[in-house]
Amino acid sequence: MGSRASSLLREEDIEEIKKQTGFSHSQITRLYSRFHSLDKGENGALSREDFQRIPELAINPLGDRIINAFFPEGEDQVNFRGFMRTLAHFRPVEDNEKNKDPTSGEPLNSRTNKLFFAFQLYDLDRDDKISRDELLQVLRMMVGVNISDEQLGSIADRTIQEADTNGDMCISFSEFTKVMPGKAIDITADLQNGA
Amino acid sequence: MEGAWEIAFVLFQVWLSIVVGLIVLPAMFGVSLGFTDIYIKVLVKTLEVKAFLLLCLVSFQIHNVLSGIIEKDDGSMEEEIGELRRSHPKNLAGGDFTMCDAFYFCKKGIENIVEDQVTQRFTSEELASWNLLTRTNNNFRYISVRLTIIWGLGVFIRYCILLPLRITLAVIGLSWLVIGTTLVGLLPSCNAKNWLSDLVHITCYRICARGLSATIRYHNKENRPKKGGICVANHTSPIDIVILANDGCYAMVGQVHGGLMGVIQRSIVRSCPHVWFERSEMKDRHAVAKRLKDHIADKTKLPILIFPEGTCINNTSVMMFKKGSFEIGGTIYPVAIKYDPQFGDAFWNSAKYNMVSYLLRMMTSWAIVCNVWYLPPMTRQDGEDAVQFANRVKSAIAHQGGLVDLSWDGGLKREKVKESFKEEQQKMYSSMIVGSDFHEASVGPA
Repeated sequence: MGSRASSLLREEDIEEIKKQTGFSHSQITRLYSRFHSLDKGENGALSREDFQRIPELAINPLGDRIINAFFPEGEDQVNFRGFMRTLAHFRPVEDNEKNKDPTSGEPLNSRTNKLFFAFQLYDLDRDDKISRDELLQVLRMMVGVNISDEQLGSIADRTIQEADTNGDMCISFSEFTKVMPGKAIDITADLQNGA
Repeated sequence: MEGAWEIAFVLFQVWLSIVVGLIVLPAMFGVSLGFTDIYIKVLVKTLEVKAFLLLCLVSFQIHNVLSGIIEKDDGSMEEEIGELRRSHPKNLAGGDFTMCDAFYFCKKGIENIVEDQVTQRFTSEELASWNLLTRTNNNFRYISVRLTIIWGLGVFIRYCILLPLRITLAVIGLSWLVIGTTLVGLLPSCNAKNWLSDLVHITCYRICARGLSATIRYHNKENRPKKGGICVANHTSPIDIVILANDGCYAMVGQVHGGLMGVIQRSIVRSCPHVWFERSEMKDRHAVAKRLKDHIADKTKLPILIFPEGTCINNTSVMMFKKGSFEIGGTIYPVAIKYDPQFGDAFWNSAKYNMVSYLLRMMTSWAIVCNVWYLPPMTRQDGEDAVQFANRVKSAIAHQGGLVDLSWDGGLKREKVKESFKEEQQKMYSSMIVGSDFHEASVGPA
């Protein structure tokens, strides 16, 4: 009958992932089912093609960048732990977490970490700065062939001008956070708790 | 040794006569002796009892899997980007690029990774409460002795009692179809031939339906497809044909196959006209359209049965209807088919199971219970093109059957999505940010 998805996920693993990411038990098993259904090769890891098979993701202009975010530097496969770590950024912040002990380290889904995730969508070479070229690349991905190079260039210049405060013609992470919308951006997919 | 064979033979004869007498003959005449009804009632009671037991023992393991795992914002691109920008510190009026626009795409992307509308349609539907078949329970865990005993009893009943019975019926049904239609085919064309052909077809499909313990409820029979029309339905499995043909006679459309299917195809076309295409012919859309047009123009021929989705979907949604059948003209008779997943999963996942294993799975399920709604006939209206017409019919079917209406192509089961959809998204976004630039250029700097 084939292997049952949940039987490959041991209780110890679930506990560890729970601690690391803050997801609940039922959310983890549910996401494991999802991971398993995407894993067509059944080798316990997802490749970029597995993600590309989701039609709505394949037509997303930033689809490739988002998929990239799941794969660590230079690797072609992501296992379930890595999958959950990345998704953990989007777990909604619960009330009881706000009173957490500040010395235990920042949870993955803090506002700062969410913004850093978005920052890395732009900053492809990971040098902690968004250069004009990197900004242009992302813009080009979002608009396709519908806007000319010059127009796109002037949009990029204007954006950098507005955000750049130290005059290095690049956007650093702190400059990036300042131009982000005021309220905590919940790019969260509100993952529902299981019954 | 001789004695043993004789006894076996006698038993077999007795078995066969019981089956024929109590099941086949009543089935052929559309009479129900009520066995199936009693069976279904017992099943329902058992499953309710089992659900109650489960509830008592284990409350935390029952997921509410019917509600999706995420709550999505269903706004359009403009609405959602607009909302993101409204909370911008500079409070931009609208239009123009801002770095937070990327968040919209990011959010949509992550939502789709966690759960998307398309890939879930190509695997079996998940049930809210277990129906005692291990195949439907992804989180099967040993829960209690009582439940395991009930499950074990279920296995025995399904595999040792029901399966042989169903296989016998299927064999009888199919051989009757082949023999009967070949015999009818020998007659010269006349009214009697048509009547006999219809009789043979219907009786055979009724036997096959019994062979699956199928309980079918037909609604709105006054809208049943008439000759010269095209019957259009959502597609879940090859069994759809048996379900529909139990209540009417249709001309089938399809590719020529080899093997057993080929034998059946060749024999049934002898008694009444069906439309079988060679593989090479299927590629030529005009030739296909012409043959279908010719068929429906002849008002003595049976209505054509077509499944415009082109592939099997898991009965939770209706996917894009291919426009070919809607370009031919003629009256469309939409039909909605909805299976009750509690008794057996009818969806054929052709990537996972071949036809034989699929049929075995069908025959070892509890039963097939489904509802069939005949919808009022539709024709293409003025100013409507084939695609719009197809979408209109699709919505009607989805609405009646309680299915989700999707515009995604069922072909995405095997193929990649077209680049043009991504280009559409890019175009939409460009018009959002470029619009304001033009405005600025004309107004000039403040």
